[in-house]
Amino acid sequence: MAAAQAGDQRAYTRVLNDSVALIRAVARRQGVAVDALDDVVQETLLTVHRVRHTFDPSRSYDAWLSAIAARRAIDLLRSHGRREHREVHDEFAMDTHADREDASTGTLRQQEAERLRKAIETLPPGQREAVEQLGLKERSLAEAAERTGRNTGALKVNLHRALKTLRDRLHGES
Amino acid sequence: MSDAARHEALIDALGAELTPVRRLLPPWRRALGWLAVVAVIAVALFVRYGAGTMLHRWSAAPDLGLAACGAVITAITAALASFVLAVPGRSIRWAWLPVPSALVWIGASGLGCLRAHIPGMPVLNLHAANDCLIFIVSFSIPLSGLMIWLLRRACPLRPVLTAVLVGLASAAASASLLEICHNFDAAASDLLMHAVAITLVVGLNALMGGRLLLKG
Repeated sequence: MAAAQAGDQRAYTRVLNDSVALIRAVARRQGVAVDALDDVVQETLLTVHRVRHTFDPSRSYDAWLSAIAARRAIDLLRSHGRREHREVHDEFAMDTHADREDASTGTLRQQEAERLRKAIETLPPGQREAVEQLGLKERSLAEAAERTGRNTGALKVNLHRALKTLRDRLHGES
Repeated sequence: MSDAARHEALIDALGAELTPVRRLLPPWRRALGWLAVVAVIAVALFVRYGAGTMLHRWSAAPDLGLAACGAVITAITAALASFVLAVPGRSIRWAWLPVPSALVWIGASGLGCLRAHIPGMPVLNLHAANDCLIFIVSFSIPLSGLMIWLLRRACPLRPVLTAVLVGLASAAASASLLEICHNFDAAASDLLMHAVAITLVVGLNALMGGRLLLKG
């Protein structure tokens, strides 16, 4: 570490790689769950990097590293404690707020949207314009008329025709 | 990405941005720097007020002298302890270092209430005692601020404990400085104000200093 303080990159990566096992051991001793050990390792490595100037080569590197790792482990345990306190336990959530729809609903909805989009693309230009302006972008008749340069009557007729065509097509497919 | 690979990637990234660092000075040298600032203020106060009143008070009431010595030693030991504790891996037992002198300081000050008053010296009324409170608090704030700024360069892993020691060091230093220009005999109201001031300084430091010392 003393060499790393002077800027020796190889010594630095070597000492950090060698530190991982000790950090894990310290975190484990603090009571961190096995699947969270690596988060402590990452946090500790970042802290070590930030405060590497505080290491005194005349003292033990392991004691210095262990103190930082223990602190980061406690921080992690505290933040987990807070989260668990705030969040509802899964089983309880399942009982009281079970999903109304199963996992495939989203996919089905996506497929339907895709079909509708394709159907809209195949409409004649005037009808497509009416659907896009009035239906999808939710513009008012006056706004849509201004943007497209058509009169409101023509837009209404086009929208009406477009909806009829779409209805026929989608129903015809399903 | 597996965890081992994640660590390796992080270590490589940290290695890539490695720059040489200036090593932190030993805690005693850093404490000495802070104490030097206090000493400069003390010299300025001596120049302004002289040592006569202080020595007269001490010779008339040795307990006040003992209390002042306690305060000075507490300032030194608490400053040293907080700089030591700001370095990772140092024993938490350092936090006990200022305790004996703090007990002497508080004990001797308390005893002052029990003895007879110094002849010819005014006893402080509550209004003047307020000035003591203002003196201690207004000297403690910049002294605490300076020490917190210095400590932030280190890595205080126990921010609240360190902040309490910062508060103790600055309150003790301010009380020692007050001793130089304190032209009164100790009275219960005065000591009460000292106690309020010191509790305030230590409490505020514990409350705010902990957060200020924390760096992400």
